[in-house]
Parts: sequence; structure tokens; C-alpha cells
Amino acid sequence: MLDAVTVASVADALVDPWRSGIMQRAALEVLLLGIAGGLLGCWVVWGGLSFSAEALPHAMFPGLVGAALLGMPLVLGGAVGLIVAALLIAAASRIQTLDRDTAISVVFTSLFGLGVLLALSPDTPAGVSELLFGDILGLTSGDLIVAAVLTVVVVAALVVLHPRLLAVTFDREAARVLGVRLGSTDTLLIVLIAITTLICVQALGNLFVAAVLVAPAAVARLWGRRVVPSMLLAVAVAVLSGIAGLYLSFHANVATGASIAGVTVIVYLLAVAAARVRDRVRRPKCVVEGEA
Amino acid sequence: MSGTVHPELLLRLDGVATGYGESLTLRDVTFDAPAGSQIAVLGPNGGGKTTLFRAILGELPTRVGTITRNAEVAIVPQTERSRLDFPVSALDVVLMGTIAGRPWWRPASRADRDAARDALRSVGLEDRAEIAFGALSGGQRQRVLVARALVRRARVLLLDEPYTGLDTASAKRLDGLFNELAASGHTLLIATHDVAQCQPWDAVLCLNGRQIAYGPPSETLTPEVLEATYGGGLLRLDGAGDGLAVIADHHHGHSH
Repeated sequence: MLDAVTVASVADALVDPWRSGIMQRAALEVLLLGIAGGLLGCWVVWGGLSFSAEALPHAMFPGLVGAALLGMPLVLGGAVGLIVAALLIAAASRIQTLDRDTAISVVFTSLFGLGVLLALSPDTPAGVSELLFGDILGLTSGDLIVAAVLTVVVVAALVVLHPRLLAVTFDREAARVLGVRLGSTDTLLIVLIAITTLICVQALGNLFVAAVLVAPAAVARLWGRRVVPSMLLAVAVAVLSGIAGLYLSFHANVATGASIAGVTVIVYLLAVAAARVRDRVRRPKCVVEGEA
Repeated sequence: MSGTVHPELLLRLDGVATGYGESLTLRDVTFDAPAGSQIAVLGPNGGGKTTLFRAILGELPTRVGTITRNAEVAIVPQTERSRLDFPVSALDVVLMGTIAGRPWWRPASRADRDAARDALRSVGLEDRAEIAFGALSGGQRQRVLVARALVRRARVLLLDEPYTGLDTASAKRLDGLFNELAASGHTLLIATHDVAQCQPWDAVLCLNGRQIAYGPPSETLTPEVLEATYGGGLLRLDGAGDGLAVIADHHHGHSH
């Protein structure tokens, strides 16, 4: 009898959150975030672009604040901010005396500073904090439709770009000789990061985007043995961590964006620890020259 | 591109000078590369081997002279430049050679994959197609990169120090592959620092900012030519063959 009660209460705890439309929309958003963020995050991590993924949300801040000031949709303001940031980063990266990280630093700190100036304006409406921390429970059906469309765009673009991204990540110089246009591939990847950031920022806020974009892919890098399975693993980690974050937020009554980001990072730390155990247990693989 | 060439001539350079920006870093290069030949490209670091390859590929402008290409040309880079931690399979790497041959929006077709598997088979790695590139041995990785060039139907292969980091057994296997490719009509230009390794090949091209010599090993691997090519970087081994076996100014290369 006691067991039945326990099972029933556990079942209630599992099912309860999904009785509300708010949580159902949040779960759908987590699914979309996980697909776009998990797939793209792998290229971010493999390509050493984690810093870009961290910087872009900050760089879009003036666009978001500007949209709030003008009464425009946040998605539109964020899109404009991200496109400006992406183009500025791409332009600054072409300055030969600047390495890419320096170029990104210059651009994103400048834009974030501009955003703060705008945010301190007397005309700035309340609710700017939502831009920083997100509001996944406040998403409307319209927001979900926009996120779904952007996710489809990201996935389709990644499918088309897949061979070129493989070649560039494997050997950048050789990729150029093989016929890959490095400039356009780089720019498209940054634009895709920008679009994915746009999907994430409304739900998770400016400050938590990088955790969702980078951490699942970092787990996949530790455990994935092939490119496509790694990307699917990253999606699974992102979605499951997001769902777990929603449960945590619902039952512990804590901020949802922070819960999702926190769970994702904890999963990453567990994956790191497990990988260390794995590496200790396994004997070092010996590659023999004069092979078969 | 001008000049009448023998049908079997895959590559001809006639008085070529090229370089980066305004400066000419390589001058006076003249040689013919017939089908089926293996040609060593010897020279010190900065002597012009990479510049020559980039000019042949068309990446650098030919300032003086002409380069006649009668076949597809492909470069086989050093494996050390590749990302070994990137979980890409040998087949994926070979498929990269098909990118230029299809529209940007089209994924690899079944025919592309079949061609890639055929290329892997031709280098003896058909059973390694699904193995991660980083898990292969150094010699196997080099052969995968050769397969990537072959899938482009390239008949002129520019090999950038392919023996770097290989032990003697792997180097011999690579030699065997190069012999097979030459026998099937491919022309191989092989940048190397190993003088002894050049002995059985058809010709040696010596570069040091300009062409020092070009011809059969018996005529080019002489103390005078090698000293003009390498200057003070030459290590003389009196007990080895003709007395000159290894070039000392390079940190790579495998010893014999």
C-alpha cells in the first residue's frame, strides 16, 4: 500500500507540471532549444567558437533594449542587434592585426556598453531584466511558432553546410584548396549562432544562452565517437537537461532559466567526471605503425 | 597557358617565377612532369617547395613563364595539420574531396560515396572506412589523404612531406603505394628532406629560391648540387652511399 502511495506521488510529481499550458509551451520551447542549440553547439565547440557563443548574446543586448524602447517585438530588435554584431565581428576578424577573439571582445563589449547606456535611459520600460534572465514561462504560442520556424531554418542550413563545416573544422587550409569558401562559411556559421541565440534568449535570457549552446556539445565532445551521433547526443543532453530544469523550477519554485542552465552545467560536470573514470579504466590505446 | 606538349606530359613549367605580394620568392623553374613519374622536390625550409606547389595549384600568380596543366592537380597536405580530435571517419575525409564537384546545396550522393570507397580501396584502406581518422596510424592517415586527392580524379599529386613522422615500415608501405600510383599513370611531386629516399625516383628538383637543378637522381644528388641547394644545412654522412644521406636543417623527417 505504501509503495502504491509512493508510486502515485512520484507519478503526480512527474505529471503535474504538464497539466498547465504554460509548462507545455515551455517544454516545447526546450525541445526547440535543444535541437537548434545541440546541433549548432557541436560546431561551436569543435570550431573553438565558444567565446563567440558567449559574446553574441551580450552583443545583441542593445538591439533588445532598443526594441523595448521603440515598442517593437523583441525578436526583431534582437535580430537586428545580432546581425549588426555578426557583421561587425566578421569585419573585425578580417583585420590582420587582430585575432578573432580580440575582434569579438572589442565588438561585444562595445555593443554591451551601448545596451547598458540605452537601458539606463529614463524612457526604458520595466522588464528589461527579462532580457537578461529570460522568461520561458511567459512565452506565447506566437513566440513558439517563431522559435519553430527559426529552428527549422537552423537545421536546414546545418544539413546543407554539413560537408563544408566538416572540411573546415578538419583542416581549414586544406578545405580552401578543396573548394570551400572560408569567408562565406564562417559568416554563415556566425549568422546561425546568432539565430540560435535569438531562439534561446527569449526563453533563457541573455546571460544563460552560452550554457545551453556550449555545455551539451561539450558533453558530446567527451563521449561522441562520430560527428552525427555526437550531434544527436548533444540534442539529447540539451533536451533532457532542459526538461529536468523545468521540473526543478516547478517543484523548487526557482527561476526557470537559471534552473535549466544549472542542470545543463551539472550534467556537463558529471560527464567530465565520468569521462575521467572511463579514461582511467581503459588502457591507453596503442597505435602501431606499419599497420595492416 | 601555351605551348604544344606531348600527350603524356601532365605538367610543364617553363621559366616560372612566382611569389607572395610584390616579391618573387621562387624563380627560374623549368621542368616537365610526364605521366607515371615520381619527382622529388628537395630544398631547405623557405626554399620554395610550398611556393612551387601553390603556384602549380594556381593559388599564386605566375609572374614570369608558363605553367601547363594537362590533368587535374591535387595537393596532399601533411597529416599533422589535420584535427585528430575531430570525430570524423576516414570515409568522411575522403568525401571532402567531392565537395568541389557538386553544387553547394547538394549533399554527397551515392555515386560520391561509392567513389570515395573506391579511392579508399585503391590505397588499401577499404576496411578502415568507418574508423575515426584520429585513430588511424600515421601511415594510414597519409593514405586517406591520398585517397581524398584520388577521388577528385587528380592525376598530378603534390605531396607535402608525406614521410613526416612515419617509421620505416610505414614509409615503405607508402613507397609501395606511390609506386602503384605511378604505375597507373599518376605523376607525383614529393616534397622531402630525405636525400636517400629520392634515389629510386625518376627525377629530383632542387630548389633554393630558384631552381638549382632538375634531372635524374644520378645527376642531381651530387655534393655540389646539394650544397648549392642546402648551403650550410647539409649533414655529410661519409659512411652512407655516396656520402650524402640526410639533410640536417629540418626538425621533421624520419631517419634511416
